[in-house]
Amino acid sequence: MTSAERRFPDVDPPVEPGLEPYWEAATEGRLVLSRCAEDGAALWPPRPFCPRHASAGVRWEPAGGGAEVYSYTVVHRGEGAFAAVAPYVLAYVQLDEGPRMLTNLVTSDGRPATEASIGQRVVARFEQQGKLPVLRFTQSH
Amino acid sequence: MSIRGAAFIAGAYEHPGRVLPDTSTAQIHVEAAVGALADAGLDLTDVDGYLCSGDAPGGPIAMADHLGLAARHLDSTDLGGSTYVAEVSHAAQAIAAGKCSVVLITMGGRPRSAGRRVPPSAGPAQPFEMPYGHSNPASYALAARRHMHEFGTTPAQLAEVKVAAAAHAQHNPNAFLQKPVTVEEVLGSPLIAAPLHRLDCCVVTDGGGALVVVSPQVAQSLERRTVKVLGAGEAAKHTDLGRIDLTYTGAVWSGPRAFTEAGVSHADIDYVSIYDSFTITVIITLEDLGFCAKGEGGRFVSDGTLQATGRLPFNTDGGSLCNNHPANRGGMTRTIEAVRQLRGEAAAAVQVPNCDLALVHGTGGWLGTRMGSATLILGQEDA
Ligand SMILES: [Zn+2]
Repeated sequence: MTSAERRFPDVDPPVEPGLEPYWEAATEGRLVLSRCAEDGAALWPPRPFCPRHASAGVRWEPAGGGAEVYSYTVVHRGEGAFAAVAPYVLAYVQLDEGPRMLTNLVTSDGRPATEASIGQRVVARFEQQGKLPVLRFTQSH
Repeated sequence: MSIRGAAFIAGAYEHPGRVLPDTSTAQIHVEAAVGALADAGLDLTDVDGYLCSGDAPGGPIAMADHLGLAARHLDSTDLGGSTYVAEVSHAAQAIAAGKCSVVLITMGGRPRSAGRRVPPSAGPAQPFEMPYGHSNPASYALAARRHMHEFGTTPAQLAEVKVAAAAHAQHNPNAFLQKPVTVEEVLGSPLIAAPLHRLDCCVVTDGGGALVVVSPQVAQSLERRTVKVLGAGEAAKHTDLGRIDLTYTGAVWSGPRAFTEAGVSHADIDYVSIYDSFTITVIITLEDLGFCAKGEGGRFVSDGTLQATGRLPFNTDGGSLCNNHPANRGGMTRTIEAVRQLRGEAAAAVQVPNCDLALVHGTGGWLGTRMGSATLILGQEDA
């Protein structure tokens, strides 16, 4: 497969109730974070409660989408449906709002990136993949 | 309640098979159980406590049925590869509480023949991990890359861990890989998930093992030399609501808990069994357990430190990197080799002289997201 044809596979993980505000925003291409209604702490992955203030509830707030690469790996041997995608970049990026999230880095046209560096500035983008809008990051300009 | 001295490991058995296409997983459990009980001088009819992991065929009820056990204490723990390290402690706790006196712990699996891989992203976080191709090697590679960035750890230092494991495996006739390797050979092997090469990764094997943990009274009645359980610790380390720090593991908590309970210090430890799912796992774990300072692990493992003749001999059977990694869960085989060392029954070329105290550490799960950590400190029978 040439790099121009490489696409991340549709994996369709099970989605359970409770995160509708996240998925509704994501479908519109917007990233929202669940924050503790008591102390405002961002909770990632999103969840409908704060473990430290379980009775407080959460509020859903938009995030800017800017982030910095915290760590990454170029995966040369993908497993299962990812075998045909390799090489691809699996990364942790740290959002400007604080949370570190697992993701992939992609090129500006949505193809799997094949290189990265720690500290690299990236920006969030959603791509519909199978049934879900999936959050990935691309080099910011 | 402390478990120090409350229980003894009387039997240990590592299944000799590494590729078992025609043996059922349940049969591996049976053969391991019979082997460990024979090692202890006991029978299946003596067992009154049974532990396995969540991946045992049918779980603990079906396995108790299959083994015909009259157990009055049953449990299954699932802390991934650290399960069986934790279960020695759980067995000791049950014995100390008077619930049972002969606990059988079995494990078995056929990931080599059956091709089963643990999905790395089960649980509520699945929609936020599964789409990204978070494979086992990739998860550990994320930790390796950050460690290199913060502390200057090099791929050659990672390779030293494999070199030591391979040096030991040449003396183990059952080891899946028995050939010594050099740092250059590790660095020359194909990249799986950079910076991890193929030879930074554990083997995938079929097989299993079992342990028999008994009360002090039972231990005294047996002819076989036993191993004393001195202390244990457990922890879960996870993504911390989006504040994950990839440079450490749950060993920072489980290690001190085990040392405190055992009442011993690092200088007392003669041998370590460290779950070596990947080379980076060992380096970070040794730091977190306090055998060297945070960030010094790469330098610490250089110059043959981990070899049988080095300052801190580790995984003298060849570990998961070379010997055996049944069911993708290394805690059982790490514990078994520590028992061999304390009984003076390791391969002659790698037996640590006067091995009085050993530490076992298991890491179950993923350095890149969440893990179970279990530390166990064991001593000779009269420790
Ligand atoms: Zn809160």
